[in-house]
Amino acid sequence: MSKYSFKDFKAQLKDGIIDKNPVLVQMLGMCSTLAVTTSVINALGMGLAVMAVLICSNVFISLLRNFIPKQIRIASYIVIISGFVTAVQLLMQAFLPELNKTLGLFIPLIVVNCIILARAESFASKQPVLPSAVDGLVMGIGYTAALCVLAAIRELLGAGTLLGFKIMPDAFEPAIIFILPSGAFLTLGFLIALMNKLMDIQKNRAAKKEGNK
Amino acid sequence: MNTDYLVNILLLMLSAVLVENYIFSKFLGVCPFLGVSDKPDTALGMGFAVMFVMTISSAATWAVYYGILVPFHLEYLETIAFILIIAALVQFIEMFLKKFIPALYGALGIYLPLITTNCAVLGAALLNIQNGYDFIESLAYGFASAAGFTLAIVIFAGVRMRISFADPPKVFRGIPIAMVAAGLIAMAFSGFSGMSF
Repeated sequence: MSKYSFKDFKAQLKDGIIDKNPVLVQMLGMCSTLAVTTSVINALGMGLAVMAVLICSNVFISLLRNFIPKQIRIASYIVIISGFVTAVQLLMQAFLPELNKTLGLFIPLIVVNCIILARAESFASKQPVLPSAVDGLVMGIGYTAALCVLAAIRELLGAGTLLGFKIMPDAFEPAIIFILPSGAFLTLGFLIALMNKLMDIQKNRAAKKEGNK
Repeated sequence: MNTDYLVNILLLMLSAVLVENYIFSKFLGVCPFLGVSDKPDTALGMGFAVMFVMTISSAATWAVYYGILVPFHLEYLETIAFILIIAALVQFIEMFLKKFIPALYGALGIYLPLITTNCAVLGAALLNIQNGYDFIESLAYGFASAAGFTLAIVIFAGVRMRISFADPPKVFRGIPIAMVAAGLIAMAFSGFSGMSF
């Protein structure tokens, strides 16, 4: 096993936030993404909760990767994940009751969030502990970042506020549609299209560089 | 059983299908919604599989919650217990269908295992408890919300068929344009939210 270096970390970080962003590129965990992004605070809370579960479950599954029989691996992953989700849920109930109330159902539903199971199956079950922990961290950051961007757009246009502070001038009439469910779908659609555009530009630039050489 | 109760159940079901549609107002089950809604046939297959599992799992989780978890004061374990019940149930239904109703198994086949990680199923189980429904109400709620899910997924599959002949800008192809379409359908569904029961 080679040593885990800073360069690996940087590559993983870029993967998690941009190239393999769980929400905008891999399209995982759509339910919670659409549901909690009515305000930036909710998005941040949800993102951090998912990140915590993701890191813990990745570490745990990576530690147990040689002990879990292949046939029942999915079931074991789900049990491990739901254990951590319950822990996060109880902690939030105790320390952040307000946030817990607004996120409501979507905290226990982290169990079936495809991001966590996907990372367990495709990464943590094959990699040593340290890269798995980092993977949990960067994927969590990618998820949180995508959620926050989406929530910022929706909150700004739909309520004229950001993190609860009034940003837009008084003359601005909030477009309620962005807070409503349909606004969630529309905004996410446009955001993914924008991401595709950026990826295209990046690809073209890389191709051009190749051509010049 | 009096009529008030029956009316109550009917209203509950109607509102679960239209007003609080799982996909367009609660965002439960969006992953399979985007994944298998390419053709109306497959969407219908998925919808029936979900209806089947959700009705049974609503009953099973209700029974386990009030029969086992509450008497032993283990309510905080509901998430773990429910996901295990759902996973086991899906596995069991799969084996049962394979053995006794091969035709239905062939039709639902690949969609069944996917249902374990469908958040609509776990969501319905948790909501039954949160809303304090009794057994019949839970059963009705589970069935009706799955019916709402099926309605949404079939409508959306039809829309997506039409989109596949359209020519959106390159960056919008695939999921983004589907999202925009879903947003428009959600707008139509939000018209129902005026009807409160």
